[in-house]
Amino acid sequence: MSDGINRRSLLKGSTAALGAAGAAALGSASAQAQDVPLLSGSSNVNTTMTLNSTSRSFAHEARVTLLDLLREQAGLPGTKKGCNEGACGACTVLLDGERINACMTLAATCDGRSVTTVEGLAAVDGTLHPVQRAFIEQDAFQCGYCTSGQVVSAVACINEGHAGSEEEIAEWMSGNICRCASYPQIIAAVQQAATEMED
Amino acid sequence: MQNFAYAIAPDISSASEAAAQGAQLVAGGTEILNWMRLGIVSADRVIDITRLPELSSIDRQGDEIRIGALATLNQIEGSDIVRQDAPVLSQACLLAASAQLRNRATIGGNVLQKTRCPYFRAEAATDDRMPWPCNKRVPGSGCSARDGYFNRAALFGATEACVATQPSDPAVALAALDAELDLVGPAGSRSIPVTRFHVTQSEAADLAQTRQGRRLLGGDVPETPDALIENRLMPGEIIVAYRFYVDTASRNSAYVKLRERESYEYAMASAAVCLDQSAGQVRQTRIALGSIAQKPWRLSRAEAALSGQTLDEERLTSVLVTAFSDAEPLPHQDYKVKVAQGAVRRALTKAGGSIQ
Repeated sequence: MSDGINRRSLLKGSTAALGAAGAAALGSASAQAQDVPLLSGSSNVNTTMTLNSTSRSFAHEARVTLLDLLREQAGLPGTKKGCNEGACGACTVLLDGERINACMTLAATCDGRSVTTVEGLAAVDGTLHPVQRAFIEQDAFQCGYCTSGQVVSAVACINEGHAGSEEEIAEWMSGNICRCASYPQIIAAVQQAATEMED
Repeated sequence: MQNFAYAIAPDISSASEAAAQGAQLVAGGTEILNWMRLGIVSADRVIDITRLPELSSIDRQGDEIRIGALATLNQIEGSDIVRQDAPVLSQACLLAASAQLRNRATIGGNVLQKTRCPYFRAEAATDDRMPWPCNKRVPGSGCSARDGYFNRAALFGATEACVATQPSDPAVALAALDAELDLVGPAGSRSIPVTRFHVTQSEAADLAQTRQGRRLLGGDVPETPDALIENRLMPGEIIVAYRFYVDTASRNSAYVKLRERESYEYAMASAAVCLDQSAGQVRQTRIALGSIAQKPWRLSRAEAALSGQTLDEERLTSVLVTAFSDAEPLPHQDYKVKVAQGAVRRALTKAGGSIQ
């Protein structure tokens, strides 16, 4: 679009406004929270995490999942919301280097921890991660909705040492569903990237 | 999901105190987040117990292995101690869920999973929004699974009110290992065998009656409808560890999970087998089955009948027929008995047993 406005920047703009309102509400909530007993908790919390190598702080409701925080507050919509119940793997991110479902993780529990999303895989100069390159070269997707989850999961699968054979890859990538059924190409991409990453 | 107050527990006793007051505890979160989304539980307060490092270790002292409740399924699967001395538990953890979930799910929370019955897992924020009857959601409303499609229904211990099964894989392995479960609660610490921790629907009905009697005598015990009682955990009690002894049978053990797809699926039936066999003769075996009752189902009579005997085809068939003679499959699910028997056979073979 020539005027630089698209759906995503509009959404981003409104989220930023909500974020500011949330931060204001948090200020008053933490002021009140001082006299209450231990473990009464707070319904608005502050979470600081190392997100794609940068320290970021967020004020948010306690119920917010890591997935919603990434997409709606951190401006990182690469992590996808598929099933929102831990069944599809589209929301896979790395938490302290381990792959997890961001939809099944409360953002508040990530305080002080490190999160890597698909946006954090490429080098600063834009050079793609070997797994990203392999997915393109092996044509390992059709609609692409599951791809960011597949790519992040594949990075962890290779780092864990679970890319030794087609069978092993199929088992250790089974948490990422592809409804276009690009499975043979995904396995080929994981094998290609694993070989490259060994070198 | 409704918003709630969130706090991090600094120690077990404050977490236990909060839980006794009705707070929900969260560790991996892979079950409780879905419960809150579906309306299975609602929480005003959620207490994060993941920052209690003393609960996550896996140790071996002498012949006893102790697994802290916060150990994740992937940590247990990859533990050299567990792989070598209790492969059945390593395998059950590996087959339990996806790699992503296994990095979050803890062994403490895993055994507290609720049934995968789709009628139970309806999304309904309030009772009046339930789209169909389910006695576990709205006690007294009825059971839709009895006449519906749910191939993970119980073969043993179910009642007219409920045919749910406990879906945990690690619990089945722990039952075959004769593990003890350590609990800490407001009244102190206690241990209970894993085989006694969960209850079938008919055991739950008995337990509800016993508790009713204790309440009449002035006892402080919870008043819970039968269909909602699934284990012997008391308000405020927290699972802190599992312990079991290593023996020849645990070292020669295996887990087999039969399901509709090869990976990342709940079991139709599963079997955990520990087998000590020497010169063709069974010295000792422990067999537990999963997803056929609301608890890991030990085949105690079959274990006794096989002890001291050779593992021949004729004997095994007869032992398995006897073991399932009182199974009560739903009318259209007779095949589940054969699936469960097949799981036992395969697990015996996988554990190194040779069937003559």
